[in-house]
Amino acid sequence: MLSRPTSIRLEGIGKRYKLGETEPYRTLRDSIVRWLRPARSAPSVERREIWALKNLDLEVKQGEVLGIIGRNGAGKSTLLKLLSRITTPDAGRIEMYGRVGALLEVGTGFHPELSGRENVYMNGAILGMTRHDIDRKFDEIVAFAGVEAFLDTPVKRYSSGMRVRLGFAVAAHLDPEILVIDEVLAVGDAAFQRKCLGRMGEAATEGRTILFVSHQLESLLSLCPRAIWLDKGELVDSGASTEIVSRYLASVRETGRTVTVADRTDRQGDDRARVDSICLISDDRGPVDAVNSGERCRLVFGVDGRGGSASNSALLNVLVRDHLDRVIFFTSTAQSALHIGEGLDKGRFVATLPSVMLVPGHYTIDYSLRLDGQVSDKIMRAFSFEVTPGDFFKAGHVSEAGGGVIFHPVDWMFERS
Amino acid sequence: MPTSEISRSWRKQVITSDRGWGFPDFRELWAFRELLFTLTFRDIKVRYKQTAIGILWAVIQPVVSMVVFTLVFGKLAKMPSNGLPYAAFVLAALLPWQLFAKALTQGSMSMVTMGAIMSKTYFPRLIAPLSSVLAGVVDFAIGLVILLGVMAWYSLMPGWQIVLAPLFIALAIAAAFAVSLWLSVINAEYRDVQHALPFLTQIWLILTPVLYPTSVVPQGWHWVFILNPMVSVIEGFRWSLLGGRAPDIEAMTVSVAATLLLLLTGLIYFARYEKSYVDRL
Repeated sequence: MLSRPTSIRLEGIGKRYKLGETEPYRTLRDSIVRWLRPARSAPSVERREIWALKNLDLEVKQGEVLGIIGRNGAGKSTLLKLLSRITTPDAGRIEMYGRVGALLEVGTGFHPELSGRENVYMNGAILGMTRHDIDRKFDEIVAFAGVEAFLDTPVKRYSSGMRVRLGFAVAAHLDPEILVIDEVLAVGDAAFQRKCLGRMGEAATEGRTILFVSHQLESLLSLCPRAIWLDKGELVDSGASTEIVSRYLASVRETGRTVTVADRTDRQGDDRARVDSICLISDDRGPVDAVNSGERCRLVFGVDGRGGSASNSALLNVLVRDHLDRVIFFTSTAQSALHIGEGLDKGRFVATLPSVMLVPGHYTIDYSLRLDGQVSDKIMRAFSFEVTPGDFFKAGHVSEAGGGVIFHPVDWMFERS
Repeated sequence: MPTSEISRSWRKQVITSDRGWGFPDFRELWAFRELLFTLTFRDIKVRYKQTAIGILWAVIQPVVSMVVFTLVFGKLAKMPSNGLPYAAFVLAALLPWQLFAKALTQGSMSMVTMGAIMSKTYFPRLIAPLSSVLAGVVDFAIGLVILLGVMAWYSLMPGWQIVLAPLFIALAIAAAFAVSLWLSVINAEYRDVQHALPFLTQIWLILTPVLYPTSVVPQGWHWVFILNPMVSVIEGFRWSLLGGRAPDIEAMTVSVAATLLLLLTGLIYFARYEKSYVDRL
């Protein structure tokens, strides 16, 4: 096992995107105009390009399962697109030994009018399976997805969950030597997600080389012994995934402390409104970086309506993660049935935590702001804070976490018999 | 899975930034032939889904066109038709024409309509225009049955030359594919193509002897006229089924040469841009 053969080798890989061309498509007239007046427009256009990947070297051995982590825009997706040959690099060289299967989306090519059976063949063919392969695995695929009863129903009548399960089931039965997987694959309800991750784990033990991109560092840790960390198109670090993940998270927490939310560039969403500040306020001490377990505090999310965006409903979802990136709890304005109608101009969402149930440690916050059901603004690990030991149980001394993840209010008594 | 089974199919792939000039990788295309058929059948299956009369559309379109053209051009305008019944004369031209026009339109749009799939998975990009072009063949086959019915009605028996009919159809498909190669890539960047297509096929129809025989074109213009490969396709297909004057060998040579030239340059142009195609969408 020491000298396993190379499966993938990247040498000086670079990929450039022009930023000037963000419009959906150009018209011939634009091009003619640009061509006729090169002196004025060319320099400014030419300079507005970014390297999504820059001078990247990487070697992956056969049978290795490699995780790729980094913020949005770090180049993770670009790397997968290059390896799956969806697009080509602008510099460097990639060598790959074996067939490559890319799972960047669930159910690619599904046609709503076709039946489940027809779509399995369609999707399988698109992913590179032969008809013979699909015939052989058909029953297994259908059983995995749990859609036996609906095989001859058009997919447009499927629930979104069924569609996703069928899509994943096809993908899960691919068997190329190199498998390139995007995080979007971990889909569906919790039980199906476990099934998906289990299937990926199996694939890993079958001697395949797997590259796995994920924001869910927990699943990445369980699948990938080794990880690389990309930032702004460059390799920051590589090594054992537990180490890389903890270094990455430390840096993310650092960013959360030093870069204000307003300055973050790794946003997702249509930007009709955005969160421009997050702060943690202790009832007794005002704005803080750290609260004590059991303390009463508020998380305040300032909102910028971007000049009066018309929307009928706004809601804010928040995830709190611990130092291992595990989601500890989810909270949402929807849970409190808080309705924010028109006029989400300058204002703020205030989440009051009557008594911090978290055990001492580092925590980060993801949020997503939705207007009319559409994600308007979302940042992963937008804010970080610390929880310091405190008297959660009001027992007169610092509460003992004892390896737990939260403090749960519990009344203890002893009944003499 | 045992490792031995994996290692057998191992092959080395090298990806570089070099785009170069050359033909698409036909060996790879052959390896993906099943996908080509699957996509072609998908297009065929989906085309008439959620329509009330389904595949009947493939019957109605040529029949209604034939009836209208026969009334307007045959009866009212008294257009010459090489001594043949106008209905048979026009239908024998409409079928290859519609095959060509649909193939051209679908083929040219294919890279954009399949853009979403192509930005998520890799397959030889040539499959997109190819499957769109091939999907039209089924409609053509249905139309052919109608044409045979019309011929029987007028008691027209095809001669030996019917064996040449597939060659003319192949030329029509090749011409449509050749033009699609150019237009599908251009369409990815300039959606002007989408707007120009209906207009292009309309003008092209007028410049092709579908509604009229070549004999009405003045001799002095003949050499320009035959540069259009569809002239030979229509004249040839009509002759192969209905007989009459055989197509001009000279015109035929020009048409085949023009189509081949468009096809070869189209393939090179396509191969040049297919690799970075997704970035242009």
